[in-house]
Amino acid sequence: MADEHGRKWDRCLADTAVKTVTGLGVGIMFSVLFFKRRTWPVSLGSGLGLGMGYANCQHDFRSPYLIHGRVVKDQ
Amino acid sequence: MGKSIEQKLTFIHRCTASGAIWGSVSSVSASLEESLTSSAKATLQAIGAQEAALQAITRHTLKLKEAMEAEEKSAQWKDLEAALADRTGAVNDAETALSKANEALDSLKSVIDKSKGLKVSAVRPLVLAAEENLHNMVVDLDKVVTKVHSAESEAKIVSQYSELVNEAKQQFQREVSSLTPEIQANWKGLTGKLSSDDLNALIAHAHRRIDQLNRELAEQRVREQIHIDAALEQQKLEDQKALEKAVSTALQHIKEEARLEQERKLSELREVMEAEMRTQLRRQAAAHTDHVRDVLKVQEQELRVDAEQVLSSKMLEQETRYRQLSQEQLDNFTLDMNTAYARLKGMEEAIDSHVVAEEEARKAHQLWLSVEALNYTLKTANADIPTVPLEGAAQAVRDSCHDSDFALALSSALPEESLHRGVYSEASLRARFNSLRSLARRVALIDESHNSLYQYFLSYLQAALLFEEKQEAPPAQLCSEDLDPFKLLSYASYCLEHGDLELAAKLVNQLRGEARRVVEDWLTEARLTLETRQVVSLLSAYANAVGLGTTQAP
Repeated sequence: MADEHGRKWDRCLADTAVKTVTGLGVGIMFSVLFFKRRTWPVSLGSGLGLGMGYANCQHDFRSPYLIHGRVVKDQ
Repeated sequence: MGKSIEQKLTFIHRCTASGAIWGSVSSVSASLEESLTSSAKATLQAIGAQEAALQAITRHTLKLKEAMEAEEKSAQWKDLEAALADRTGAVNDAETALSKANEALDSLKSVIDKSKGLKVSAVRPLVLAAEENLHNMVVDLDKVVTKVHSAESEAKIVSQYSELVNEAKQQFQREVSSLTPEIQANWKGLTGKLSSDDLNALIAHAHRRIDQLNRELAEQRVREQIHIDAALEQQKLEDQKALEKAVSTALQHIKEEARLEQERKLSELREVMEAEMRTQLRRQAAAHTDHVRDVLKVQEQELRVDAEQVLSSKMLEQETRYRQLSQEQLDNFTLDMNTAYARLKGMEEAIDSHVVAEEEARKAHQLWLSVEALNYTLKTANADIPTVPLEGAAQAVRDSCHDSDFALALSSALPEESLHRGVYSEASLRARFNSLRSLARRVALIDESHNSLYQYFLSYLQAALLFEEKQEAPPAQLCSEDLDPFKLLSYASYCLEHGDLELAAKLVNQLRGEARRVVEDWLTEARLTLETRQVVSLLSAYANAVGLGTTQAP
């Protein structure tokens, strides 16, 4: 179980990094391609990436406490 | 007479010859024969002598008579003398013979008496014959003696007469010799030697004598009757005496004869009786033998029956005793056998129980061994490597405790994980905890509600900034303050350091939230280990108890 925490952190960080870099890349690409080398798509992209990564990370860390309910219809 | 005696002698000889077979009888018969022969000889001799004497006497008497009546003749006188000499000689002979015969007869009588005194029956006829002979001899002898006596008496008369005459003659002679002393007074030589004077004197004397004699004769004639009476009386007396004597002798003879006859008859009768008795005795003996045979047969029967009875009783007794003995022996044997069997049985039971006990002990031992093996497998956990799966050991335990429900239940209470995967040792758990502790500290603030990354950051910060005791001794009772994770972790560390996994697990169990989730693994492992350890220790205790129960003190 303790390993899971570490693995989670690894995944999270890796995922965040990837996402950030990917966002950065996409941002850079968008910035290059579409937005004439402005920096805002890069930061947007990287921010997007980071945020996604952060959210994934959080979700991953919360996953044990999430309760998935189901609607049971009375039939 | 002699002939009869000789006949009797032969008869005696025959008797004695026949009777010479028996010893004493033979001796008796021999003595009888001897004495008989001697007495017979003596008697014969005596009788002969007596007869000779008788003859001599008669001759002498005759001669004397003749001499008396006839003229005196020297030849006659010589004859007379010779006859007298003969007579005297014969009489002496007869007397001696008679005495000898009497002696012999007395000896014979004594022998007869002796032989009678012997009381031997076979001798009796001999004795009888001897007695008869004796009697006959005595009778003959007496007869001859009487004859001789009569002759002698006659001769005595004649001799008296002659003596008288002689006396007269001698008187005369004496007178004559007194007158004529020179002439010898022997009237034999008287005739040729006398002188005339002598003759005259003699004649005178003779005349005187004749006168005297005449006177005497007259006197005698006067007294004749008286003398005759007296003589008759005397003769009567003598006759009576003689008669008496004769009668007595005849009586004696007759008595003797009668006695002899009686004896003979008696002996005959006795013989007959003896013969009859012998036949009767023979018959009786035969009857007796028959009777004895019968009695013997009966007795034999009786004795046989008795003997058989005794034998049967003895046999029965012996048999019963034998049976008793054999029964006793059998009983003893059976008793011994029973005791031996009982002992054997006891021994077998002891052995079986021993075997059972041994079995039990073996089983207990096996159980113990398996439990020990199980215990040992618990030790095979190295750091971070769990023990070997306890399945084998548990199976061994299960195998070795078929009959113990308790052990079976215990062995089935082992957790599956431990069986299949094994358990971690306390040391590894301790080590793991140490690493877990930091993590748990870092996620101390995270729980269901606080689980964002910010919270994560905050809890990390808290963990970095909060310092607690590495190890703190837990109190006996936890209060609400103690439920702080850091405190709990330090308590748990302390407990783990001091080997109290259980308390540590209990304390760790109080963690909540993410810390709890983080240590959940460890907790399960700890719980597993604790469970296994508990079961194993229970099993071991049980095995020990069983072992103690079954081992026997040496």
